[in-house]
Amino acid sequence: MRSKRNDNYSTIQLYGLVILRVLIGWYFLYEGLAKVFTPKWTAYGYLMDSQGVFAPFFRMIAENQSMMAAADFINIWGLTLVGVMLILGLLEKASYIGAALFLILYYLSHPPLLHVEYLLPTEGSYLWVDKNLVMLAAVAVLYFFPTAMRIGMDRIMLKNKSK
Amino acid sequence: MSEKEITPNDRGNKQDNLNQKPVSQGRRDAIKALATVPVLGAMAYGVYRKRKQEMRNITSADMFHFNSEVSPLTPLSSDGKTIRLGIIGSGIRGKQLMIALGFATPQYVEDLIQANKQNSSDNRYRDFREQEDLKIVITAVCDIFDVHAEEAIAAGSNINREGLKGKNGTTPKRYHSYRELLAADDVDAVVIASPDHWHGQMALEAARAGKHVYLEKPMTWTVPETYALREEVKKSGVIFQLGHQNRQVEAYTRAREIVAKGLLGPVSLIETGTNPIHPDANPQTIDWKQFEGDPDRVKEYMDYMTSTGLAKYVGPDPRDRFSLERFFRWRCWWDYSTGLSGDLLTHEYDAMNQIMDLGIPSSATSSGGVYFFRDGRTVPDVLQTSFEFADRGLTMFYSATLASQFKRNRKIMGHDATMEVGNTLTVTIDPRSEQYRDKIENGTIKPGEPFYHYVPGKSIDAVTSATELYFAERGLLYSYVDGKRYNTTYLHLREWLECIRSGQQPSCNIDRGFEEAITAHMGTRAYLEGRTMYWDAEKEEIIRG
Repeated sequence: MRSKRNDNYSTIQLYGLVILRVLIGWYFLYEGLAKVFTPKWTAYGYLMDSQGVFAPFFRMIAENQSMMAAADFINIWGLTLVGVMLILGLLEKASYIGAALFLILYYLSHPPLLHVEYLLPTEGSYLWVDKNLVMLAAVAVLYFFPTAMRIGMDRIMLKNKSK
Repeated sequence: MSEKEITPNDRGNKQDNLNQKPVSQGRRDAIKALATVPVLGAMAYGVYRKRKQEMRNITSADMFHFNSEVSPLTPLSSDGKTIRLGIIGSGIRGKQLMIALGFATPQYVEDLIQANKQNSSDNRYRDFREQEDLKIVITAVCDIFDVHAEEAIAAGSNINREGLKGKNGTTPKRYHSYRELLAADDVDAVVIASPDHWHGQMALEAARAGKHVYLEKPMTWTVPETYALREEVKKSGVIFQLGHQNRQVEAYTRAREIVAKGLLGPVSLIETGTNPIHPDANPQTIDWKQFEGDPDRVKEYMDYMTSTGLAKYVGPDPRDRFSLERFFRWRCWWDYSTGLSGDLLTHEYDAMNQIMDLGIPSSATSSGGVYFFRDGRTVPDVLQTSFEFADRGLTMFYSATLASQFKRNRKIMGHDATMEVGNTLTVTIDPRSEQYRDKIENGTIKPGEPFYHYVPGKSIDAVTSATELYFAERGLLYSYVDGKRYNTTYLHLREWLECIRSGQQPSCNIDRGFEEAITAHMGTRAYLEGRTMYWDAEKEEIIRG
């Protein structure tokens, strides 16, 4: 049971993990809300600016109007939803998987490769590893060290469900 | 909770719990389950504050509110007849115009196909194929250089826009003289893209022959032909369009509204910011006699140059001596060109005339010289011209160097705000503005910071995220309006063709062309003669200072 539940953390460990979860959730939620509040927001420019091996795939999405519309919708509401779920600790595992999917796509569309320049300047200096990748690793860690059964809505939701 | 699941920290609590009611356990559960909910409250508060701050932009949306959406594109008239076109001059610009009309050589199309195979994101082939059919046929082509003429014929007959294996349509007839082309019955309209010194003359004769005219800028080479052309176009009633495709730039339409609404306050200053030789070119493939120019026009040019003591700017080669240098780089000599004034200043001027209805300036002063490309040219590579519009109380300053590619934005500087004009518009409020004083004082407007952005293709223009603006300014956003990307030259030609069908006047008609030509000539003469040139609006004459 212990290996499955993974909740034998010390207080400081538990709080540390929850804080990390909430901070990542905050980041996702505001990224989503900012897009919600920007009229006609679109990821078109971002996708067209893709580089690296997968760039043709992302540009293909951008150039297809219905796929672009779907990508915008998923970005805006997906980020918002994942953010809320992470903060609340609701369906924790699913929210980590969602967060990881977004981060993987962001990383693959804008990999910090050698000799690659993007239109939108980054606020730091990166080589192969960027903040998306670091956050992806943090999400992976959280996936294996869950906390929502201790502090989060899953405590009520899943407990009731398991009964 | 089983004993096994209790962590060390819970152990103490467990002891307490034994003495507590079960309700407490439920409450503890609830508190732990909802412990992070206040974070959402904090987020909501933060977003509320941030939105409030962004309302500043909403204010700008209110102030810069425009009822009319810039209309995307009116459909081509369905019953429009096919227009038969003649191309006069099919060098670099002539070929570009043909491509904009939907006609390219099979080799050009083949190159686009190959480019797409190499890089699937290169969609120029698809875009070219999908470009709307303008219902035209190219029936005639005239160029005095055989290679250019043959390329134009190949492009004109490539009616299906195919590569090297495509099926061709009827081949356009090649004419060796533009006069023969103008006499042809199967030509309704002509596109003229010859060197500058032929523009006015060819357009004049075309109008006289009853052919509609699309003429590349600048409109004329000499001052006298400017009047003659205007008269002939008006008399003949042909549809005339001057090739300033800036008329089709969406942002300029909005810029015009901003100026007209007085949002900038009184405007006092407007600031606006060579070819390889072909291997097959020789006296056998180039009709030099025809290149030299029309004798009447050349006489006007020589009369002016000698009477004003400007003989040093003529030549230096004799006009009748065959010269590849002069044929391909005619822009470098006054004998064929109108210099930076005609070449580049006219675009800037026409854009500002479009936005501000400037008309002809009251005076012009120029300075500059051949400072960098000291290759024997007579036309300056650095030029400054200031045009005074005395009755409007404003100066338009034009400044150019061919030796640097640094991009300088056009600026329209008003007392209340300054607008930078490009593919996007940016308005910055002046700290000493009177019109906006209240809003500056109550903090709604931060003077000196960009306050209003217009990005073409957006219905709500003020609330633009920084990221979006960044992409838009680099041309990555809104490449499809109505699902397609339009090039302005195509739109400008399209407007002309539609006007031929409907009998309406196009945006850069002969009156706008006259203003453009006279303005450019005033700048050129001011440079050549080294003194201020004035415009007598009553007599419609350029007068020396």
